[in-house]
Amino acid sequence: MKKTLPLFIAGILALLPLIGLSSYWMHILILVLMWSVIGMAWNLLGGYCGQVSFGHAAFFGVGAYTAGILYNKTGVSAWWGMPLSVIVVALFALLIGYICLRLKGPFFALGTLAMGVILRVTAENLTTITEGDLGIMIRERTWIDKTWYFYIILLIAIVSFFIVKKVIESKLGYYFVAIREDQDAAESLGINTTFYKTIALTLSAVLTGLAGVFYTNYMGYIDPKIVFALHDISIVTIMVVMVGGVATYWGPLVGAIIMVFLAEIIRSIPKLGAAHHTFFGVLLIVIIIYLPNGITGDLPKLKRLFGKGKAA
Amino acid sequence: MAMLEIKNVSRFFGGLAALTDISFSVNKGEILGLIGPNGAGKTTLFNVVNGFYSPSQGEVLFNQQKISGLKPHKICIRGIARTFQVVKPLQRMSVLDNVIASAYLRTHSRAVAEAKAIETLKFTGLYDDRDIISKGLPLGKRKKLEIARALATGPEMILLDESFAGLNPTELNESIEIIRNIKEAGITIMIIEHHMKVIMSISDKIVVLNYGQKIAEGTPEEIRGNPLVVEAYLGEAQNA
Ligand SMILES: Nc1ncnc2c1ncn2[C@@H]1O[C@H](COP(=O)(O)OP(=O)(O)O)[C@@H](O)[C@H]1O
Ligand SMILES: [Mg+2]
Repeated sequence: MKKTLPLFIAGILALLPLIGLSSYWMHILILVLMWSVIGMAWNLLGGYCGQVSFGHAAFFGVGAYTAGILYNKTGVSAWWGMPLSVIVVALFALLIGYICLRLKGPFFALGTLAMGVILRVTAENLTTITEGDLGIMIRERTWIDKTWYFYIILLIAIVSFFIVKKVIESKLGYYFVAIREDQDAAESLGINTTFYKTIALTLSAVLTGLAGVFYTNYMGYIDPKIVFALHDISIVTIMVVMVGGVATYWGPLVGAIIMVFLAEIIRSIPKLGAAHHTFFGVLLIVIIIYLPNGITGDLPKLKRLFGKGKAA
Repeated sequence: MAMLEIKNVSRFFGGLAALTDISFSVNKGEILGLIGPNGAGKTTLFNVVNGFYSPSQGEVLFNQQKISGLKPHKICIRGIARTFQVVKPLQRMSVLDNVIASAYLRTHSRAVAEAKAIETLKFTGLYDDRDIISKGLPLGKRKKLEIARALATGPEMILLDESFAGLNPTELNESIEIIRNIKEAGITIMIIEHHMKVIMSISDKIVVLNYGQKIAEGTPEEIRGNPLVVEAYLGEAQNA
């Protein structure tokens, strides 16, 4: 059962478009899958390797802009951003790793936070390449219908899931977790902590970048304030993983479902909708206090709570 | 033959000389006991040998090659493993996973790493505790886990920092047995220990530090009779 669960869920997801969902629901599903990809990517670095990044918008944005700039400057399809972004984002991650990975704990978090902001400002001002605040528009959308976008992001999500699983069950995974648990102990056990942290960062960045490329193709428009956003991307990424379950395989998907639906519900409430960031903040505090391991991680605890509720 | 050579090593922390001009060597296959009062610089010396600190002056050679200045993981790969006085288990991993993580040093295969880990757990008497999350281990077993983890890296030499502190008499006897078996297996040992009876009975050679300086070196017999040592250390221990 455990072994086939991922395939079973992938199968169910693949059948969803066949039941004739409205364009709105397809959009919601696509967002859920995109966020679970970003969440899985963040989880690799933050959840398993213990390097908490507050700047994943940087990788998302670099991916999105790789596709956008490629299209804008050469006229080829922005889908070519997929292979190209792997190289661009990986190189970028190596640079960021070189700068930030020597920092530990909260200093690493601050370093990555700064990196996201620096990139946003850069993209705003490098107008000859990025078109600045005007943003980049993909004028010919590949499909009007959402079905194919859904299958593409589903494929990326499935591949990400198996990459993360494969990595975590291998030597790499042991080394990531050892680094998270005690960096000095890991180093003295012969683990080149800088090297393995760089691998975690690069893998995490590349997967996030692919989500960014998808975003450019799907939304057809990017600008620096959107794709490099601290609160709408970097913080939401952390929330997806925290709500769903840090360092769990299913946490990012569960978290993505909850966060996307919550965002939709809150935004639809008149007046209150504008305050959705406040609401997310409060939610994060509640989660940290009552479900520190997220919904997936604290599942036994939740079951107990609901069991008791029924008995009373 | 000298496996580890410590040559004129000094280490300063700001104005504090934690180690001053220390020289001695450890021969292949022997147990060297490192003793001295609290704050004498014993742990600092381990940190220099293992690469956490680089020496302010002097150098450390391992198998005739300079290792001072290398990072700890490089030194571990060369064949020196250590334990920590303040234990550092990988808390949210099981005992077995802790040891698998270090057994991965010499292999990429999960099966090989696991086999090595299980062998090491049996060797250190932790096999029955293999599935416990190490956060929940009592101190005596955490100290053993430190030893198991160090051994699983396949070292030529192992540095044991107060592995006996806080053990009850039964655990103490088990640990002494483990140390003897490690030596039997051909691994060279440098051990920091306060328990005088133990250190005198297992060491081939003893080095005494006091205020960061080496005040004596010799066989257990010679150390027992050395007036400087009696004054600095044994006297203190007897008064205590
Ligand atoms: N990182 C450090 N920074 C400043 N002082 C240190 C550091 N590490 C050790 N010391 C000092 O060096 C001296 C020797 O400490 P230590 O090697 O731990 O002694 P021992 O292990 O013999 O009890 C102590 O005075 C200690 O405070
Ligand atoms: Mg000490």
